[in-house]
Amino acid sequence: MFRYFLKRLGGAIPTLFIIVTLSFLLIRIAPGGPFDEEKLLPPEILANLKSAYGLDQPLWLQYAHYLRSLLHGDFGPSFRYKDFTVTELIAQGLPVTAEIGIAALILALALGMVIGVFAALRQNRAADYTVMTLAVLGIAVPSFVVLPLLGLLFGVYAHWLPVAGWEPGSIRHLILPVVALTLAPLAYVARLTRGSLLEVLQRPFIRTAFSKGLPLRTVIFRHALRPALVPVAGYLAPAVASIMTGSLVVESIAGLPGIGRYMVQGALNRDYTLVLGMVVLYSVVLIGAGLLVDLLYAWLDPRVGFER
Amino acid sequence: MTGTFWHAARQHLTASAGARVSLGIIVALVVLAVIGPWINPNGLETLDWSSVAQYPGIAHAHWFGTDRLGRDLYVRTLEGARVSMIVGLVASAVSLVLGLIYGAIAGYVGGRTDDLMMRIIEILGGLPLIFFVIFLTVVFGRNEYLLFASIGAVGWLTLARIVRGQALSIRRQEYIEAAIASGAGTARIIYKHVLPNVIGPVIVYATLTVPQIILLESFLSFLGLGIQEPRASLGTLIAEGAGEMEAAPWMLLAPGAFLTLLLVSLNIFGDRLRDAFDAGAGR
Repeated sequence: MFRYFLKRLGGAIPTLFIIVTLSFLLIRIAPGGPFDEEKLLPPEILANLKSAYGLDQPLWLQYAHYLRSLLHGDFGPSFRYKDFTVTELIAQGLPVTAEIGIAALILALALGMVIGVFAALRQNRAADYTVMTLAVLGIAVPSFVVLPLLGLLFGVYAHWLPVAGWEPGSIRHLILPVVALTLAPLAYVARLTRGSLLEVLQRPFIRTAFSKGLPLRTVIFRHALRPALVPVAGYLAPAVASIMTGSLVVESIAGLPGIGRYMVQGALNRDYTLVLGMVVLYSVVLIGAGLLVDLLYAWLDPRVGFER
Repeated sequence: MTGTFWHAARQHLTASAGARVSLGIIVALVVLAVIGPWINPNGLETLDWSSVAQYPGIAHAHWFGTDRLGRDLYVRTLEGARVSMIVGLVASAVSLVLGLIYGAIAGYVGGRTDDLMMRIIEILGGLPLIFFVIFLTVVFGRNEYLLFASIGAVGWLTLARIVRGQALSIRRQEYIEAAIASGAGTARIIYKHVLPNVIGPVIVYATLTVPQIILLESFLSFLGLGIQEPRASLGTLIAEGAGEMEAAPWMLLAPGAFLTLLLVSLNIFGDRLRDAFDAGAGR
């Protein structure tokens, strides 16, 4: 089990290394430099700027320098927000993004599993059809349509919640963004749980459990649920990816000062270092989620750790 | 892939009400996007100053209303939908070509090459690819060809896996052996024998990626990283609408409803199509 995890961890490190290297090279072969728009600069000042950011050094030295800084958690200076380093910007934005992201993830998993079990127990009845139809909607409708609609309904017309904006510590401002982020993964988890539980309920050991005279509740929660959750655990990493992607638009629409909005602003401003840092950060989070999934697999299905 | 396969799959598909309804809606939306703008007197960029931010209705010329500049939303929504559909099709074609070539080589050559190529797919599949697409737009600037290419480059992974699976089973067939015996090279066998035999089912699977790609394009356009003014896509229209929703909610509702309807029906149809394929394969 522990060795299995180490093996997975060993696989993740080269992946991360490839991402960092690829991103770094892409930026260096990009047409045009980061200071192109400041056309009025005399060549001496441009040269000074470049040397200040280390851009006049040979490529391999820049790369080595970048790698060393990364290992120290230093993503370098932002090319646009002149007074901030990328690490400072991330440190500012990450708490907000983590707050709404983790809330959305927990909500999606918890509610999704409950709804999935509920639908599976009422298979092919009206409640099941209703839930699954809603799930198709939830999966298909993008968050950048949902959030403005929610804002229109609950903010503009009903005046229950703020349409956009952010105040430190205010939960009311986070409700609509979290709901918008939750819907798609929630619908997906519900569908996965339902399908997988229905399949598990066909297996012989479930028939055995019923024939022992166990009540339905015990059969579901003691016997069926754990194997049924294996595909749901597999969806965890895509769910994290979906929420991170969603946070880009959700933060931009709701005006939340999270890293998703910095990423979008950085992309629009062509702030190379900021976007590079964000890509590395998102990759680390996603790879971490993948490792977590591996651990969950091993817990849900004890055979996993002993294969091969 | 025999005749019975297609027969069973088609029977399964036509028996499904969801498949029929969703296909009907998709066809209607495509027809509307292609010919719809011409049955309305307004132009895409025409500024109608006499009716700025006009609400929707059929009593006047602006059926979906107008935006802040007096541009007709019916025409803009349909034009935007057409752009989104074209991006969806072109980028799907890009990923189809990439997936076919990559998957056919991996599956037919097999062995170490296959292991390595599939390992690369696995690594790429674990990456936050949408951030790479954004990253590419940052590095190379924003233009539409890059948009097609980078979105297509994201969609090909699953297709490559499917093609590889098909190619793996084909390489053991006798006609491949016959081709090898008659001296055909690997490239020729892949081009002449493997590709034609995997392309049918793979094209069908490729239609499943269309809604994902339309969603990705709208997402990028919404953020301002995709289709640029003066052209419109559903994503840019929704972004404009979200900014004006307090004064002119129809600016959000018209393109939002169109995109939602399109994505929902494409998704339902895709699900049914996959079911039909599983039924055809006897699963």
